[in-house]
Amino acid sequence: MMQLVVLSGFVLAAAAPFLFRWLGDRTAAIMALFPAALVLWLLAQWPTVVAGEPLWLEMAWVPGLGISLDFLIDGLSLLFALLIAGIGAFVLLYAGEYLRGHPDLPRFLVIITAFMMSMLGLVLADNLVALFVFWELTSITSYLLIGFNHTDLPARKAALQGLLVTVAGGLALMAGLVMLAIAGESWSLAELATRGDSLREHPLYTPMLLCVLLGAFTKSAQFPFHFWLPNAMAAPTPVSAYLHSATMVKAGIYLLARLQPGLGGTELWIVILSLVGALTMFTGAFQAIRHINVKKLLAYSTVMALGTLTMLLGIGTEGAMVAFVTFLLAHSLYKGALFMVAGILDHETGTKDVTAMGGLRRVMPLTATVALIAAFSLAGLPPLLGFIGKELMFESVLDASHLTALILLLAFMAAFLTIAVAAIVALRPFFGEPHQTLRVAHEPPLAMLAGPAVLAALSLLLGLVPGSLDGLVGVTVARLGAGEASVHLALWHGINVPLLLSLAGLVLGWLVYRRWDRVRARLAYLDPLMARGPEAGYDALMAALVRLAEWQTRVLQNGYLRNYLAVTLLVLVALVGHAFFFRHAARFDVSIDVYLHEAVAVGLMIAGAVAACLMKSRLAAVAAVGVMGFSIALTFVLFSAPDLAITQLLVETLTVILLVLVLFRLPRFANLSAPGERLRDLIVASAFGLMVTLLMLAVLAGERLPRISDYMVDNSQPQGHGHNIVNVILVDFRALDTLGEIFVLALAAVGVYAMLRFHAAEGSRPATKRPRASDDGE
Amino acid sequence: MEPLMAIAIGVLFACAIYMMLRRSIVKLVIGLMLLSNAANLLIFSTAGMVRGKPPLVPEGLAAPLGEVADPLPQALVLTAIVIAFGVLSFAVVLLRRAWEIVRTDDLDKMKDTDT
Repeated sequence: MMQLVVLSGFVLAAAAPFLFRWLGDRTAAIMALFPAALVLWLLAQWPTVVAGEPLWLEMAWVPGLGISLDFLIDGLSLLFALLIAGIGAFVLLYAGEYLRGHPDLPRFLVIITAFMMSMLGLVLADNLVALFVFWELTSITSYLLIGFNHTDLPARKAALQGLLVTVAGGLALMAGLVMLAIAGESWSLAELATRGDSLREHPLYTPMLLCVLLGAFTKSAQFPFHFWLPNAMAAPTPVSAYLHSATMVKAGIYLLARLQPGLGGTELWIVILSLVGALTMFTGAFQAIRHINVKKLLAYSTVMALGTLTMLLGIGTEGAMVAFVTFLLAHSLYKGALFMVAGILDHETGTKDVTAMGGLRRVMPLTATVALIAAFSLAGLPPLLGFIGKELMFESVLDASHLTALILLLAFMAAFLTIAVAAIVALRPFFGEPHQTLRVAHEPPLAMLAGPAVLAALSLLLGLVPGSLDGLVGVTVARLGAGEASVHLALWHGINVPLLLSLAGLVLGWLVYRRWDRVRARLAYLDPLMARGPEAGYDALMAALVRLAEWQTRVLQNGYLRNYLAVTLLVLVALVGHAFFFRHAARFDVSIDVYLHEAVAVGLMIAGAVAACLMKSRLAAVAAVGVMGFSIALTFVLFSAPDLAITQLLVETLTVILLVLVLFRLPRFANLSAPGERLRDLIVASAFGLMVTLLMLAVLAGERLPRISDYMVDNSQPQGHGHNIVNVILVDFRALDTLGEIFVLALAAVGVYAMLRFHAAEGSRPATKRPRASDDGE
Repeated sequence: MEPLMAIAIGVLFACAIYMMLRRSIVKLVIGLMLLSNAANLLIFSTAGMVRGKPPLVPEGLAAPLGEVADPLPQALVLTAIVIAFGVLSFAVVLLRRAWEIVRTDDLDKMKDTDT
């Protein structure tokens, strides 16, 4: 069961620290065997899937809610899963070397393995809810990995930024997916793909599309949410190679591709996706050449690639989908390789600044070769897979139905700037004059070179024999709902417009590379303008959020107990009053049937309470409360509650003793409030009192429901063997309540005791003299 | 009887709230006492007040003769009286400690955690 494999991967992640204690530095390499085995299993499924029979693995999760853990392995899932597991194996191998000796290596292994499994779950899950859960898991693991160097403030800030942007999008996505499930009446992606016509005509189509797009665009760093991705380069390089180029950032693209049959093809979809994609493409490529940090260069070129993929999904023709799949694969291969090469350069030279490196091909020829091959694929030069991807991309842009001229212009500019980026990344560090670097560079260990070498080799091999991909690409395109499964990839398409565009791009790109230093100096003039980009918007939003929190804390959480109380009570009075007079016309029972002695008891009660408020001395107030308490006890006696009367008398007596003991060590009554405040409090208090009176009168006027205590009355003697029904209720029918009551009392007693002991243990008296009881003058 | 009690309870609640809104902590304690009594009375009297029929089973019988007062609210209020006493004693001791340390009886001056 594939599901169990994925879930057991989480167990492996949790076990990583223990494995590390046992296996030491070899842990990462041994853990890499797990994804490697997954790759073999996935390759074994290749023939079935390519034959057009998606693998369907069922597993129930919450059947009552229609939530399952079904896995669906079709062309698209297989492609993604192979990339995730394959690159994941190499990244683990690589990270073991890259972070060798790092004290937090076990933590790294835990998180990256957990990420790998979440990502696999994301691309394999067929259920929207399961997909969303895995989606959020990747956001969280990404956050933990970007902030891996948690002592570094910029890294923490970048991690939080990445998290907030993707999770905010995730919220929108959740809303979108729920609407999708409502409109399509299914939580299954496979079923939704077949209900495109009804989905596109559903009234919820526009809001659901916008929500889903927001989720996908934030995750996949589309303009204007692209800014978090370059900042995420604060993560260790293996993470950048894995999450932030090859896999996680493609999750949004993956989701869009999955939903293409269900939601795609409308004017709205085409225009938004092609426009946002093309803008992202251009922004990424343009921003890339402004940077000298090799990781930032690559990150922006990833943004460019993600934009390309979105744009191709937007164009949505059969050719565009073929280009989409090819470009996706090509990009994951070369970008994974290039990031790992960047990590090698950083590891070997101690710098990420490409202008500080040079001539390294003499000391690290193997790395230079790998970098060149990968960069050629990035630049889109024959005979690499990247070339095929780029040609197909140009071809589909020329065929686009909407905004053709605009996206062609943006795509062309992005393409030639990308060629410059490729040249900067691959030529600048390895050719030219050797530079003095912090460390003496030499070839990296085999474990670090293996990943990029294999990925680069695949770029070359698949470029030379593109036909081997025909089946997979064909079946994927067919599943995406565009055309038949007869695709033929080829290196040579004859002399056509895309080829001419590529040639022109090559010349322009080479020019940019030759004059890069001057171009950069010119572009530096734009820095003030760039500082006002979307990231400034994010910062302003965060600052506004903090200000709002400060304001509401100042206004609502002001620390004045009586304000909280007054606000709470007034809201309650307003709501109940509204219900009384507007929602239900309440009747009030005002029939008075009362004997004189009862009226006297109630009158004493009222007088005691009012006197307690008016008394100027504490003793008088306590006495007034006592009068009220004893009148209440009297009322209990008169109205058939002897037990209550006894308890009330006991408690009243104890209270007086307690107050005499403690209260007189407290300060005297003081008139602290201004008359205006007192009037305001009086109004609040009266309003609340009136509300309680009216509430009770309304309840009395209402229909009497049968008592629920008849059972207790009938069974008190026969079953509880007690003649006092109240006592039987307390110790028998509702004994648990009494147990709880005993707990409360015990806790209060412990608290009182602790506070008194604390006082004694402290040993020192407060500095100021305590007013003596006799000073009260009562 | 109950409408009269309703008025009395309303007055008790109003007095309790008024005292709890004062700035002096001692008045807050008085307000707390009034509040618990008012709440107990509310539960007791809303269930219906019956004169002279306590919920007792006469000796030798299995059930009381005729209607008796509802025993359930009585049991609830009995619990509440005792708990209110526990809360009150805790509050009183707490306020005494606070007074000893902070040396102010003005709640407005106790709104920060810094002493």
